[in-house]
Amino acid sequence: METLAQEIGIPEEEYREITQRLGREPNRVELFLFKVMWSEHCAYKNSRPLLKQLPKEGEAVLQGPGENAGVVRIGEGWAVAFKIESHNHPSAVEPFQGAATGVGGIIRDIMSMGARPIALLDSLRFGPLGDARSRYLLKGVVSGIAHYGNAIGVPTVGGDLYFHEGYRENPLVNAMCLGLLREEHLRRSQASLGRPIYYAGAKTGRDGIGGAAFASRELSEDKEEDRPAVQVGDPFLGKLLMEATLEAIEKDLVEGVQDMGAAGLTSSLSELAFKSGLGVELDLDRVPTRERNMGPIELLLSESQERMVLVPKEGRERELEEVFRKWGLDCVPVARTIPERVFRVLFRGEVVAEVPTEALAEAPTYVRIGREDPEIRRLREMPLPPLAANPQEILPQLLASPNLASREAIYERYDHQVGTRTTLVPGKGDAAVLWVKGTHLGIATKVDQNPRYSRLHPRLGAMHALAEACRNVSVVGAKPLAYTDGLNLGSPETPEGYFELQETLAGLREASEALGVPVVSGNVSLYNESGGRRIPPTAMVGVVGVLDIRRRAEMGFRRPGEVILLLGEEKGELGGSEVLYLLSGLEAGHPPRLDLEQEKRVQEAIRELIALGLTRTAHDLAEGGLLAALAEMTFPYGLGATVEVRTRGSEPPSGHLALLFGEAPSRILFTVDKEHLKETTFRLEEMGLPYRVLGETGGHTLTVLTPDGVLEWEVEELLAAWKRPLREVLDGQA
Amino acid sequence: MKWAIIRFPGSNCDEDARFALEKAGLKAEYVWHTETSLKGFDGAFLPGGFSYGDYLRAGALAAKSPVMEEVRRFAHEGRPVIGVCNGFQVLTEAGILPGALLANLNLHFTCKEVGVRVERNDLPFTRLYQKRQVLRLPIAHAEGRYYADAETLARLEGEGLVVFRYAPLKGETDYNPNGSLHDIAGITNERGNVLGMMPHPERAVDEVLGGTDGLPLFLGLLEEVTG
Repeated sequence: METLAQEIGIPEEEYREITQRLGREPNRVELFLFKVMWSEHCAYKNSRPLLKQLPKEGEAVLQGPGENAGVVRIGEGWAVAFKIESHNHPSAVEPFQGAATGVGGIIRDIMSMGARPIALLDSLRFGPLGDARSRYLLKGVVSGIAHYGNAIGVPTVGGDLYFHEGYRENPLVNAMCLGLLREEHLRRSQASLGRPIYYAGAKTGRDGIGGAAFASRELSEDKEEDRPAVQVGDPFLGKLLMEATLEAIEKDLVEGVQDMGAAGLTSSLSELAFKSGLGVELDLDRVPTRERNMGPIELLLSESQERMVLVPKEGRERELEEVFRKWGLDCVPVARTIPERVFRVLFRGEVVAEVPTEALAEAPTYVRIGREDPEIRRLREMPLPPLAANPQEILPQLLASPNLASREAIYERYDHQVGTRTTLVPGKGDAAVLWVKGTHLGIATKVDQNPRYSRLHPRLGAMHALAEACRNVSVVGAKPLAYTDGLNLGSPETPEGYFELQETLAGLREASEALGVPVVSGNVSLYNESGGRRIPPTAMVGVVGVLDIRRRAEMGFRRPGEVILLLGEEKGELGGSEVLYLLSGLEAGHPPRLDLEQEKRVQEAIRELIALGLTRTAHDLAEGGLLAALAEMTFPYGLGATVEVRTRGSEPPSGHLALLFGEAPSRILFTVDKEHLKETTFRLEEMGLPYRVLGETGGHTLTVLTPDGVLEWEVEELLAAWKRPLREVLDGQA
Repeated sequence: MKWAIIRFPGSNCDEDARFALEKAGLKAEYVWHTETSLKGFDGAFLPGGFSYGDYLRAGALAAKSPVMEEVRRFAHEGRPVIGVCNGFQVLTEAGILPGALLANLNLHFTCKEVGVRVERNDLPFTRLYQKRQVLRLPIAHAEGRYYADAETLARLEGEGLVVFRYAPLKGETDYNPNGSLHDIAGITNERGNVLGMMPHPERAVDEVLGGTDGLPLFLGLLEEVTG
């Protein structure tokens, strides 16, 4: 058995641990159970000790980490379940199915909580857009998301997308889903003693066997060899399963729900039992199959999609079966909870595995020594070269750079309105806003992360990710309630990789505490590296907030003659910025400093101004700085603006460029009617926050007065430059 | 007036249809596709979605559902029948409306707001619009390119059966989002009681959702009975 353990990649010390926990040698089937359950993907072996540090408590939290998704209260008896999950490795091998099944999987996590999925977001990272392979992956992933999301009828309302050298070999595809539920419908992964456990949905095949383990090792050079480990999704079946499951919950027929995701039956049943403090006896002969002669290991590890586990309430078994019959789906008892805390598996009448549930669920954890990559430190501390360029030419180029360019060509492929809840469609606001019909409640959500900041300074980068996602949610008028984190990093087994993991979590903790926003769910995807090259540490942070739907802000200038104000400091830094990369090809320098206390106050201020009805137009300053943000505000309604930018005290030419295009957090542009200007500035002064009146909306140009002269662009011309790059790739033959 | 919202496996705009009908003050109930009677209902609404996953052809399998015999009866008896998006595809596949909906010329799913011109306002569905009024309505489909042979097109035009046509919102020339012949976005039958359209009026019935241009369509249904 020890030889087999070695062959399937179980480290020697873990094999010894297994024999110790069992008090004997494991048999072949048991060894595979440990293999998948102790994979990084399922067991968080390297991240668990670090994840413990994150704040998880909050007034709004109904369910924190540890379940299929986190849940927050939003008021009037309503709650939102949400979570982000990675599907990186499958998407690298087969982008269409990888992304599609990623979407399907996260939707099932949300419905496991008793929530109706109402929105999807996708956080995507690829290598440079100039690479043929990056374009192939981008197109495949976008098609896969559209294929699944559109058909199952859950709108894709937002996300974020970056192109960066560091993702060339390891693209990232993380999908986030939000579900809406009444508090009393909240369900968890649990069962009482002696209950039958039902298997519902698609039949089991040989697809995706070992997917969880596959996700936890470095991609091999020859990716095509990994194809059999990629699952295939069927959104039609997913839709039927979703409706049937939600109907069963609505009719109060089930006490516990669990989706069958990574590591299939093994993970869903052993975890359900473990969380319930019980054991489970699974009879593999009852599992519906669509292939012949499947062995116990195949049945236990299959990651066939569109399957759920349900525990009926006592006496409601027949009704449960009836609901699934109506939807044309299998729903059969395959297991039963038992008092002995073991995962017992029967195959052809014989016990083929019997393992304590605790031994499977509580994998050994590792605490390692991290050390910063000296190359990263060198880049961060490197003095930046002087930049000289004509701002008149920079703005259109910056807007057309892949990380700033319009995402319209992508989000047009997604149904972003099905469900009639989408209040702010993509392109209209900094965050998506969904309406809880029948109330005045709105849910705002956004996912953010900047790979350049995170690569140069993992801790600060993670802080920026949470701060920016919260800022985007605040800018539409919503109070951030909680977040989900999709942690994507390289191997923790190198000191440099472990350092980045440590620092990322330290940054999240610091920002989380300072901003008062807890984590309620998340996902960890490690080993995103090939040939020794790690991806930039990528903590994708998805924030959910709540607002009064009647008081919300969009990003676009709508009415001429409104006053434009900048809330926050008039500054901009070049370290890690897009403009630095555009002009020098460098990703270097210290990323912008972040004062979390100031960040919090700026966010509170903009929420207050929106809630008071003083502003209906607000936009956060991000990549590309002040001028890019102003240009973005002219796009939705094609209305221009004239502003004055001061460059006093800054060293030309780099200093001027930093003011115009440099990046810094805690800054928001917004507009007010002239008659509200006095009240607005009075309130900002009362709060002690810096601000400046920049100019006025109107016309069809963006006009910027600087001490060095006048910069002016036709809005149409900037808009065309901004829209072109991704249009060409998505709609053309590029 | 009570409307039946027909649910096929894979329908996903069923709740949206109900929201719009009820917002207009109409009663609406879901009817599962295996039902064989629409007794007690005054109108039938076929919502959007991906019935049967759009497998085989969009709408092709749903057109054979048991409930479709009743929908056909409604159409013949002059009762109102509306098919939106996938519902329109089902109506053409069932032969209740002429023509077919082919893959968009851009060959992919497209979700955006488009301009839709009202070609006639003497129908219950359009009585509250101005003739030639251009509405802002969302589309969300991959197979929405209206196609019919020359003879059918001539008949549709000759008898004024085109109810909605794609049209520019602000002078743009690429206003036809899918390549539909004659810019057709919606048609009716000779009797004027069956409406099939690709744009989604039910998604534009509240200011919170970004537009209300779809609401008069539903309010018009109410007025027919009370007025």
